[in-house]
Amino acid sequence: MIFEDILKQAHETGLYQPVVDAIPYANLVGLEFQRFGNDVIFRLPDNSDNIGNPILPAVHGGVIGGFMEMSAALHLMMALDAPAMPKIVDFSLDYLRAARGGRDTFAECQVIRQGSRVANVIINAWQTRREDAVATARAHFLLAQ
Amino acid sequence: MSEENPYLGRAHRFVSMLRHCQVLGMKVTEANPESLTIELPYDERHVGNPSTGVIHGGVLTTLMDTACGTMVINALPEFELCPTLDLRVDYVRAAEPGQSIFALAEAYRVSRNVVFTRCTVHQGDVKEPVANCVATFMRIGSQLTPPAFRNTVLGTDGGA
Repeated sequence: MIFEDILKQAHETGLYQPVVDAIPYANLVGLEFQRFGNDVIFRLPDNSDNIGNPILPAVHGGVIGGFMEMSAALHLMMALDAPAMPKIVDFSLDYLRAARGGRDTFAECQVIRQGSRVANVIINAWQTRREDAVATARAHFLLAQ
Repeated sequence: MSEENPYLGRAHRFVSMLRHCQVLGMKVTEANPESLTIELPYDERHVGNPSTGVIHGGVLTTLMDTACGTMVINALPEFELCPTLDLRVDYVRAAEPGQSIFALAEAYRVSRNVVFTRCTVHQGDVKEPVANCVATFMRIGSQLTPPAFRNTVLGTDGGA
């Protein structure tokens, strides 16, 4: 089945796991998610293949960025019933503290502004407590028409 | 230990220690005091949009973060492990599926506390970029960098 059909079916059933399963990069880093009504929390389980700095050890900052960016795209698809994958235009990421290896990382997204063609999303990522964010990011996406 | 190009040796050993970079398949292809290039061959596991086969932005983010971070090591007089403060990326055009991507990084300002870098991702022609980024790194001082890590990167541990 092509991706757009998988997505369409997910919008109809409200079950988005097949959408995540169809995205190779989401599987490579191990992204998971859970929905609570309209809220979604994304999870990046501890995985030694995601480590950058071996001394701390810490999750590679790029993986944290990729996880947050993927979370934002999925969040938008779920929130907007988007017919296709939104295209990222830019991404601004602040690293607040090291994301430790041996721990899961979580992310939550908020659509700040959605126009007809572009959406502005902020993403927060944490490990132990939501208040102690490991990274915060802002992204613009072009929406599929 | 004499090396033909110590910048390339250092960069290669540093990237080799970063597990996720090995999982993705990054290779340092060029390094000098001013710039550094890392190549990442196309791999279907990197795809972010199954409809088009275009690799995910996160792969580019990881490549650029690594290229800038490795450039920082080559730009500093003594080995220091500098954490990334922030990263700002423009995704200028989709990467062509099936082709390698190259990240060309420079450190354009080294100050007492912060190193400012920029990076362009392209697929053979740097004037046709796929993505551009600026990233800043915090200097924590060479005394805070674990000696074993430093020796491995500098190639002064007697081993590889």
